[in-house]
Parts: sequence; C-alpha cells; structure tokens
Amino acid sequence: MSRRPGFVLEVDKSTPPTLFWDGEGFTLETLPEGSRVIYAPEPMKALDDPYGAIRHALLNPLGDRDPLPALLFAGMKLTICFDDISLPLPPMESPDIRQMVIETVLDMAADAGVDDVMLVAALALHRRMTEDELRHALGNRVYDAFAPHGLLTQHDAEDPENLLFLGQTDEGEDIEINKRAATSDLLVYVNINLVAMDGGHKSVATGLASYRSLRHHHNPHTMTHSKSFMDAPKSELHSSNWRMGRFIADAGVKIFQIETTLNTDTFPPSFSFLQKREWEWNLRDRASYAASSAALGKVPPRMARQIFHSIKSPHAMTSVQAGEVEAVHAVTTENVWAQQGVDVTGQTDIMTLGLPYICPYNVNSIMNPILVACLGLGYFFNLYRGKPLVREGGVLILRHPTRPEFHPGHHPSYIDFYEQVLTQTVDPVRIHKEFEESFATDPWYIHLYRTGHAYHGVHPFYMWYWCAHALEHLGRVIIVGGDPVAVRRLGFSPASSMNDALEIASDVVGPSPTLTHLHAPPIMMADVH
Amino acid sequence: MVAGGGSAGGGVGAAAGRLMNLARSTRFPLSAPSWPSTVDRPDPDRKIGLDYDHEWSRRYPVRLARAMVMDNVARPLARVVAPATVRGLEHLKHVEGPVIFAANHASHVDTPLLLTTLPVEFRHRTIVAAASDYFFDRTWKSILWSFSLAAIPIERSKVNRRSADMAAELLEDGWNLVIFPEGGRSPDGWTQEFRGGAAYLARRTGRPVVPVYLHGTRHVLPKVAGGRDARGPGGSGSESRRGGGLRRSPISVLFGAPLTPDEGENARRFSERIEASVAILAREVDGDWWVARRSVSRVDARPGAELSHRGPEAPAWRRAWDLDTPPNQVRGMKRWPE
Repeated sequence: MSRRPGFVLEVDKSTPPTLFWDGEGFTLETLPEGSRVIYAPEPMKALDDPYGAIRHALLNPLGDRDPLPALLFAGMKLTICFDDISLPLPPMESPDIRQMVIETVLDMAADAGVDDVMLVAALALHRRMTEDELRHALGNRVYDAFAPHGLLTQHDAEDPENLLFLGQTDEGEDIEINKRAATSDLLVYVNINLVAMDGGHKSVATGLASYRSLRHHHNPHTMTHSKSFMDAPKSELHSSNWRMGRFIADAGVKIFQIETTLNTDTFPPSFSFLQKREWEWNLRDRASYAASSAALGKVPPRMARQIFHSIKSPHAMTSVQAGEVEAVHAVTTENVWAQQGVDVTGQTDIMTLGLPYICPYNVNSIMNPILVACLGLGYFFNLYRGKPLVREGGVLILRHPTRPEFHPGHHPSYIDFYEQVLTQTVDPVRIHKEFEESFATDPWYIHLYRTGHAYHGVHPFYMWYWCAHALEHLGRVIIVGGDPVAVRRLGFSPASSMNDALEIASDVVGPSPTLTHLHAPPIMMADVH
Repeated sequence: MVAGGGSAGGGVGAAAGRLMNLARSTRFPLSAPSWPSTVDRPDPDRKIGLDYDHEWSRRYPVRLARAMVMDNVARPLARVVAPATVRGLEHLKHVEGPVIFAANHASHVDTPLLLTTLPVEFRHRTIVAAASDYFFDRTWKSILWSFSLAAIPIERSKVNRRSADMAAELLEDGWNLVIFPEGGRSPDGWTQEFRGGAAYLARRTGRPVVPVYLHGTRHVLPKVAGGRDARGPGGSGSESRRGGGLRRSPISVLFGAPLTPDEGENARRFSERIEASVAILAREVDGDWWVARRSVSRVDARPGAELSHRGPEAPAWRRAWDLDTPPNQVRGMKRWPE
C-alpha cells in the first residue's frame, strides 16, 4: 500500500481519545468536538542500498564540486566534521548514518593515499559526547582507528589555540571557526537533516563556530525575525548563517557537504502505537499502551527516563546528496518537506501539544524546565511554514510534568539561569542585555564545558531566545500537569487537567475557540495556508 | 397508565446495572477504538456502518423472533425498570400508517422504552434510525441492533443521500420509522436543536410525523460524558456509581398529534414545527395539555419568541436546576443498610 500523506482529522463524537505525550509517559485526552488533530505523514520508504546511495552521491556531486575522489590526494589535510549527539532524535539504531557516510569517505581517502585525516564533532556550544556516544555515532571501526591517536576530536569553542578568525560579513558579523577545519585542504561535513532548520551553511557556520560568532545570530532579535526558522527564506537565523557561510567559502575554505534525510519511522515496534492514528490501534497497540502506561506510572521518574533514553529509533535514510553546500541543501530541504509536510488550512485559537521526554539538548539527560519551554515554544511552535498554526494572541497548551530537575553535569548553567535569571524576568530582550555576557564568560562554566560534559554557560540563554518568537506571538502559554512553581517560574500558567487549561484559555480566546492538536512526534511540518 | 414494580425488579435492575457498568468500564484503549465518522474506512469489504446489509432483519422469521422477545422479555422488563405513564395514544388511533415518530433523545434506553409503549399495530412494524458510527461500527453490534430494534444505519454528522434513500424506501414499504432528530443524546436533558432529517423524509414520502416526548429516561440510564472522570468526584463514592448503569425510575411517554407539512412549508420550517410540538409535550409533563397550551400561547404572544425545549442560556448547574429533579424515592429502594 502506498504511503499515506499527513492528515488533519476533525474530531467528532466517534473519535477515540487522542494520545498526548506527557514527558516520560503518555496519556489519552478527549478533545472537544470540532477540534482538529494533525497527524504526520507515514514514513517514506528507506533507501534499499544506503551504502550504494552514499557512494553514488559522493561520485555524483551537486553544484560546483568535483566528485569526492577527485578532491582527495596524497599529502593533503582532510578534516571530516559531523553532527553531534543532538541529532537524530531519538538516537538511531546502529549503524548510525554518520558511521555509514564517514566509513565511505574514509574508504575513498584511503584509496587516494590521504594520511592526514582528522575527525571533529561539530558541537558548537553543546556538551562533549561521551565515548559510548561517539562509538554509537561513528561505529567501533572508526572510533578505534582514530580516537586512540588523538585524531577524533570534539570542537572546542573556547580553545583560542584552535580557533581562526576569518573576518566580518558586510553586516559586521564576526566569523571565527575551528582552525583545523578552516585550514584543511578539504572540509567534509557529514550532516543529518532531521528537520528543515538543519544543514546548509548552518552546519559549519554554527557547528564549528565560537561564541564570538554565534552571538550574532543566536539572540532575541534574530529569533523574533525568523518566522519560522524551519522556513529558511523567512528566517533571519538562516540569513545570518548564509552570509557567514558564503564568507567562509570566499575565504577559501573548501567544503564538501554531505547531507542526509531520514524517514519518520521514529519508534521501535514495541512502541509503534505512538506513531499510529488512535482509531487504527489494534489489540497489540492497545495492550502495549495499557501495559507501558501502567508500568511507567509505577516506576520513579528516574527509571522511566532511563527506559525512554534507551530507545533507539529505527529511522532509516531516505536520501543522501553531496557537493556544494547550497545546491545540496536545496535538494535536502525538498526531501525533508516531502516526508514531513502536512497541508493545514487556517490558523487556530488554541494549539495543544504533548511534549515527549527528549529534545536535542537532553539526550541521555534530564529535560529541565528551560528545555521544556524550548521544546514547546522553540521547536514545536516553529514547525510551520507560511503562518504559525496558532493565531496571534492565541493560546498554546502544553502537556508535560515540568519537574524542576536538572542534570548538574550537563546543565550547570541552566540551574543558575533558572534560579538567578528567571526569578528576575522572563523577557528575552532584558535577559539578553542584563545577564548573557556574565554567563557566557564565566570561567567556571567555560571550564566545565571544555573539560567535562557540560553545555556552555550561555546555552540556556539561547534556549530562551529560541522561545522569543512564540512568546511575542502568543497570548498565553499553559502547561497541563506541570509542577506549578516551575511553570510559573517560566512565566506560564499551570493547569491540572486539559479541561482546566481550556477554561483558563477561554479568558484569552473566548468561550468557543478553535483547537488544533499537533500529534507529534513523529516530527511533521505544518504548511499553513 | 402506570406499570408497577417490586423488590424482585430491583434485583433485576441492579444486575442489569452491573452489567452496564462492566460494559462501560471497558473503554478505549481497553476496548477497541471507535472510528471517526469524518474518516473513510480503508476496507470496504467489512460491510459495517452504512454498508451493513440489514435486509435480513425485516424477514418474517426474524420479525417473529423479535416480536416474541419484545413482548415476552422487553416489555415486562421495561415495566419493572421504568414504569411508564403513557399519554396521547389516542392520536395514533386514527392516523394512517406508516408514520415517522420524532422523539427527543436523552438516553440509550429511549429506543426500547419507546418501542415497548407503542400500540401493537405499530410495535412490530417499526424500524429505528440508529447512528451508523455508533451502533453499526462492529459486526456484532450491527447484528445485535438490527435484530433487537430493527435498527437501520443512518449517517448523523452530515446529510447522506444513501441514508435518506434507504429510510424513504422503507417508509414507502410500510414500515414506521423512529428517528431522534437531535442526532444524539442530550448532554443535560434539555432538547438540542432538531436536525432536518425527519422533516425531509416526511416531505419526501408524504407520511405524517408523530412528535414524542420521553421524560425521565435519563434517570434510568444517564448519559456518561467524557469517561470515568465525568462520573463523579469520588472513585468509589455514591456519585461514581450513580453515573453508570440502569436504575429504576418512572418515566413518561407523551405522543402528540400527527403533523404533516403545510403547503409550501420547507423542511427547515417543518422541522422547527416538529421541535415546537415536542416542546409543548414537554410542558404537559408537569401539568396537562391545557396548561401546556396556555403557556405556549403566552410564549408565542411575544414577538420573535421561539418555542423550544432547549433550556436557558446559563451555566451547567443552572440548566440542570431549571430542568427537573430526579425522583426522590423509587419503589424498592432499601431504607437502611443490610
């Protein structure tokens, strides 16, 4: 049977309750009649021969690039950079796409007699990956060949010895990126394009940059002018990255971009009900839901978290393209939309979301309240093209436990941001002006970022700026089932049930609002007409 | 006419109630999900919903079996569980069938209770329009309702030519039709706006519409909206039990004078007239026909006033307050704990 496209359901009397994610769990909610539920398109067919497709892409590049073997020669300096732990979500079953692509690139490099090869995880200001995480992403063969010799590194945005200032764009944006990558004869970037925001010039201009560079596009002004940042032509975030990327290319950095897309086969068979339409749940789905709900309700949150973070997604590659950055990214973006796009007619007064246990910044970690806000208002709110799914002045209702819990090793500056900044203000502009620099330059946070597995001191600020467009657009944000103190700290309204949330929302949108639920994950993009 | 009941009936009612509670407790995801009526089913071979072939349920042997169950099981049980006061049967004496019975709808027991109060010349020659997405979404349900109620599947969320053609053909074949023009059970006992199906069929077939008001059925088997939480604040308290199964309670069934569309009267106008007739019957419950007529006259005297039984535009508790009160005491109720 052919793949079914995305679908907008109108809820009626016969509609069974709708699944909502609720952090490390899920629940069923009965939505009012007339509500809309947006379901993701079914997964595209995986490439039959992924290794063959990768080789084909490397030998038949797009844009102004020679085939990869023609760019490789003995005595050259080759740097292979790759996306970090934040992609894909959840982490995919082995072999990871990065492993497949990098092995193929290394085969060609070996054939060409290239000796000076270094691998760099493009972390930007994210936490360093652990050995296990690197082994999972790259495979043991690659890890054991490079890591023991110091040839597998992770980008350090605070290492002045290994950063190179290339200059400023016409807009005055500083460009400072990884020196090894910038001074190589060829920089091969291996990307996973989970959503339309990823990839393109953003890969190098963000993934390999320093705070000095990143602050030009990670700020409230850029974020409120990115509508949305999933729609590159209307995203100031991307405009800035594109200016930087072109400057980097003009500065002589030769980039061979390899981009891949995934299907939305997000959960393993034991959790397949999470990506099915409720009225199509069979006996096994219903039993799985009942058993997992009952079990998750009995175990402590910490154990539930461990269970969920052990999930490996059966994502499969649907396309791979290589060559010049912009030519490659145009095709990649089309492929992402082909998988994830859903046509939606008209905006809504209320948008509801069930937030899952994972976002790009808490893989193998804890979803703290700031990340809850970022996932709901930053990521899910922005999964649109055209117009936001919810109208200006509308209400966003999230479902998540929002516990005030933090991973002290991964998110140390988040704790202080939560205690010292959000207690003063939730206004992104004021936060940017009054607090950002002290966190960004704090030597303790820098030390933890460079030597431990901590996100950079400025990272919680970026998460908050990620919410800026939604905060400006929405009339109210309500979190159902969240810790009331934590929810209020974020500047949102707590509600104990969906009915309470709708009652609270009626103060803003009136007694008979329209309601739309985004049934994600799996990830989808609303093309709102 | 008031049918009596005793303590034995209380036992039967309680057992039936427990069964109903058990059935209700197995909701999705423990039971299979219902199918949204806005979504097409992928497998047309399943032959349920509107596609269900119910012709067998009107063959003579099946009608005979249904009549035996109706007369020997359903009617005695109804007398015990829901002793009925029936008014207006005289209107059916001189009407020439087949007719369309258009009734308000507050409970799942409306259909069997209405059928069991019909005179015998109508009772065994009446089909029931039932929501295809609810009563015909499983094969076993389709068989059950086709047999027990002579139900036919009707699309209730939108106008459907197939539904209308089928109902019209059966009327022309001499079958009376029970239809609930509200399209679903009332959430609070007040009547919802009537849809145009009954009026359309009457105009199309020329058959009269008999308005019917069913009073008190929501106390026999209340509608439980929104799942377990809606049953009451306590998990095991009396409120949570009261939301569910059958309870003994008296009811009233009032038949109005048959209506036929006037010359040039469109279906919408005729539907409003049917709804108004049911509203008049509702007013007869607490008094008599004359009191109801006079109150109606007073309402009609106000310019622009509409006659309906939809209740005040007020918060839920006020609407409930204005409607009626459940019977204070039901015969057979235990007066002290055993």
